[in-house]
Amino acid sequence: MSVNEPKLSVPSQEALPPLSIGLWQHKHVLDLDDFSPDEINLVFEIADAMSEVISRDVKKVPTLRGKTIATMFFEPSTRTRASFELAAKYLSADTISLDPSKSSVTKGESLIDSLRTLQALGVDTIIIRHPCSGAPYVAAQNLETSIINAGDGCHAHPSQSLLDMYTLRRHLGDLSGRKIVIVGDIMHSRVARSNIWGMKSLGIQLIICAPPTLMPHGLNEMLQKCDLEHVTIEYDLDIAIKDADAVMPLRLQKERQQSGLISSIREYIQHYQLTPERLSYAKPGAIVLHPGPMNEGIEISHEVAYSTQSLIEEQVTNGVAVRMALLYLIAGGKNR
Amino acid sequence: MPEKVLLNSADIERALVRVAHEIVERNKGAINIVFVGIKTRGVPLAQRLAKIIHDMEKVETPVGSLDITLYRDDVSSLSFKHVVQQSYVPFDISGKHVILVDDVFYTGRSIRAALDALMDLGRAETIQLAVLIDRGHRELPIRADFVGKNIPTARNEEIKVYISEVDAVDKVTVMKPGAGGSDERE
Repeated sequence: MSVNEPKLSVPSQEALPPLSIGLWQHKHVLDLDDFSPDEINLVFEIADAMSEVISRDVKKVPTLRGKTIATMFFEPSTRTRASFELAAKYLSADTISLDPSKSSVTKGESLIDSLRTLQALGVDTIIIRHPCSGAPYVAAQNLETSIINAGDGCHAHPSQSLLDMYTLRRHLGDLSGRKIVIVGDIMHSRVARSNIWGMKSLGIQLIICAPPTLMPHGLNEMLQKCDLEHVTIEYDLDIAIKDADAVMPLRLQKERQQSGLISSIREYIQHYQLTPERLSYAKPGAIVLHPGPMNEGIEISHEVAYSTQSLIEEQVTNGVAVRMALLYLIAGGKNR
Repeated sequence: MPEKVLLNSADIERALVRVAHEIVERNKGAINIVFVGIKTRGVPLAQRLAKIIHDMEKVETPVGSLDITLYRDDVSSLSFKHVVQQSYVPFDISGKHVILVDDVFYTGRSIRAALDALMDLGRAETIQLAVLIDRGHRELPIRADFVGKNIPTARNEEIKVYISEVDAVDKVTVMKPGAGGSDERE
């Protein structure tokens, strides 16, 4: 044996994690409440491989060639829609995107009939965003096609939660026992709701922070009823943020002031804006996430949004990888 | 019928040493050669070939690993049972002689997928295929350039390759039908 061992470019073969694709039981992705920790880790593992594809010069693999994926967004969206469509295209699926305001929906066609039409046209997966909580569930009950929920009302946004946790995991490693703060308009936030379920699976300690008027009614009862012991409710951000590993401010929708839920934007900024000073109470180097779109200067200060601790742009990139993993995983769903 | 050992650790080593010599001979040296192993067991085999060549020629050849799951042609069929793993080819393959390494050469479908994957990574000068075992039964017009051992098999036999980096032991076995499971990918 020679003295100079060759330096091999490949890291030594680590023991492969005991995850198998057989773990995956979902035909649809509606919310994370029925996801097991193993399923979430499977999504993350496949997203790692997808990240490598995205980092290439030629961002395309032929995996879903011949599959058709439709997006139907009844609410405005930039990043979620673009991210799902790019994810589908990178996997070589054909995509169509339907704009309900220019479709037969305006002629009075019902949601289910519109979706049935897509199904009859041979679409394999429908990605849907709808202002009514539960709309994707109705779709899933009435259709053979796989449904991915890209946000329904105030209820759930599973792919966003998965990409939040994926981003955290890439920076913090094992998330079990980590302390994460979500602050802002919890009441209207589907991102917060999906994260409550997802983070439970990974053993994260979640602190929900909002002014009392923006906290959902009956949250306490729900936490008790559903065994969500990992969630703590805190109204004071300065206390909530103490020793946090990551902080995620949510967008404050300006119409909330008109509806009387907050007395003034200025007061909200004073108590709930994520500023460099507030962030300094968290663990050193704590991560800042934001599901977007941001209102800079309201829920998050400019300095924090563009600081080195902010992973907001990386979240967007990771979103494509996570959504590629989801599309890949449900591609075989029809046969099951 | 139980597992029958076809190659032991020393046999595998001898086959790899011969293949390494053939690779160097065919390419007139080891300059400009890179190895890409197909996951899982092609990767340690590629690393061993690179090491043998290093000891022989004092040239370091980079080794990458390729996961071909995204390039398979059976994604939506029932046998779709693969977790995608990360490929890791941290060097440019353009203008290089790429030696693609796999453990068992069977239908040729994995190699077809690997060729597509390599094309996406750059324009290699040549791509050459090195396999530890060629068991026949090709379904595509693909051949190997370097073969550790030709083993004529029946389709219903199962060839299993154990590599110590992955399986804690080096051996190649054949199993008659019904004698147990196999994780062979093809």
